[in-house]
Amino acid sequence: MLQATGVCKKFDAVVAAEDINIEILTGERVSLIGSNGAGKTTFVNMITGYLKPDKGKIQLQGLDITPLNPRLITRLGVARSFQIPQLFGELTVLDNIIAAHVCLSASLSFWRPARESNTTQRAHALLERFSLQEHRNRRVSELPGGVRKLLDIAMALTVSPKLLLLDEPTSGVSADEKFPMMKTIMDALGQEQSTTVLFVEHDMEIVAAHASRVIAFYSGRIIADAAPEVALANEDVRRYVTGELLI
Amino acid sequence: MALVSFVTSPGHSGTTFQSHGKAVLSATLIGTLLVLAGLGMPKWLTFLLTVAAANGLVSLGIVVLMRSGVVSFGQGLVFAAGGYAAALVFNKVGFHDLIGLAFLGGLIACLIAVPFAPLLSRYRGIFFAMLTLALSMVAYGLLMKLEMLGGSDGFNLGRPTLLGWNLPDQQVGYIVYTVTILIATLMALGVHIYFQSSRGLLMLAVRENELRVEYLGGSVRSVVIFNFAIAAFCGGLGGALAALALGHIEPNFSYWTTSGEFVFVAILGGWQSVISVFLASTIVELVRSFSSSYFPNSWQLALGIFLLVVIRFLPRGIGALWVKEGTR
Repeated sequence: MLQATGVCKKFDAVVAAEDINIEILTGERVSLIGSNGAGKTTFVNMITGYLKPDKGKIQLQGLDITPLNPRLITRLGVARSFQIPQLFGELTVLDNIIAAHVCLSASLSFWRPARESNTTQRAHALLERFSLQEHRNRRVSELPGGVRKLLDIAMALTVSPKLLLLDEPTSGVSADEKFPMMKTIMDALGQEQSTTVLFVEHDMEIVAAHASRVIAFYSGRIIADAAPEVALANEDVRRYVTGELLI
Repeated sequence: MALVSFVTSPGHSGTTFQSHGKAVLSATLIGTLLVLAGLGMPKWLTFLLTVAAANGLVSLGIVVLMRSGVVSFGQGLVFAAGGYAAALVFNKVGFHDLIGLAFLGGLIACLIAVPFAPLLSRYRGIFFAMLTLALSMVAYGLLMKLEMLGGSDGFNLGRPTLLGWNLPDQQVGYIVYTVTILIATLMALGVHIYFQSSRGLLMLAVRENELRVEYLGGSVRSVVIFNFAIAAFCGGLGGALAALALGHIEPNFSYWTTSGEFVFVAILGGWQSVISVFLASTIVELVRSFSSSYFPNSWQLALGIFLLVVIRFLPRGIGALWVKEGTR
């Protein structure tokens, strides 16, 4: 599905990615973990074309997507959500989903109403999956943080992605809400079995519960790449990521 | 009810026919009422409304741009382009048809503006506004210098015909008014339908969050370029109709204060309703007309105070009086 080969990225003296080699298989649920500044979000940004690697290449199903811009990469089936939800603040929740559908639509129309029944039905179905129906007519700028996060992810799903990147889906959400929220997300994604999911996460309990594979970053390098129980028990991960061992 | 649907720009659901049927009915009703009302109006009022509708078309173009998050301070360029195109074709080619000249003005303005669109679409905010202003002032400078276009005095054009019919003296004002109102109604309907379409929603998304639009596979630049072309067409159409109503064209059509007035009207009307733009244009023309009669040297003061009051109490423009917050 996704292959990163020899990917390097520096910001002046800061090494954000150093010889990253990863192959991700279709349908995997991969968690990217690491302390702040470890290079997780940089890696996500390079996959989506927001940042270009200094060296190396990234392939999606054999196609080199390294030189492409975010729009073209999205059109190839890569969608993402953001650490800070990127929404259309003055529109309603329903209109956000419809607008998301419209963005990728091959048949943008000048005269067919945006809220025609077919698109609206699809939007309602998606809102249902993310338990957002009760908020559908509320303006996004009035929504609480957790709901905004869910909407951000729901919008990413409108492009029917082959690869979905979730950047800290539970950050900024209270501890009580994290688990139910992640369950809602994973239940909603459960209907997209063929979608490969990469999620950046800091909460190791959530990682252990929802990932099928864990990739741990430290200073732009991969220090572990294994099943959750193996990766989370790794000495380097315990030292540099979870902080269980003193340095 | 039908009238309300056209005026308020709600987010329609249902079929294309159901949604647009109401808008078409409303537009027909408004257009017919205005045309009939013109029969009983004094000549000064039909002229004032003709100019208001022509200018309103230019501001309608600015509203189209505003909905995608940019404002042009240089619509005087397309206003002048449309006016000069219609006037030159009238005088040099001998084609005198009112409707044909109006749409020709729109088309020529669009053709002049579109080559700049790819460059302008890279900029936002004040940079977009200033670049458009710069283009209009370049045009103003050229028009002032070119003697073949009448230089600073401009030039006159005669009375237009309508589908081969030579307009009689007593009716020319009313017929120009009628055609202008009908064209303005048609354009308002078209823009209203555009606002309700999937492309219309996409432009609101662009205004709200360009980054997200790109990450959902949408093209922000294509939206801005397309809206710039529509705004140019509206501006050219308005310029041609204004020139034909006035019987005169001059470089001031492209001057920055003229562009400023179009922005003024767009802000006054707000971006949520197409009707409010024409209403705002009419109010501005009325204030200008009466103020210049009663206190000729300070009518801009009256206009400025009026805008301050609107911004203070109706920050979303006159349209906010009937468009509730949160609707598209």
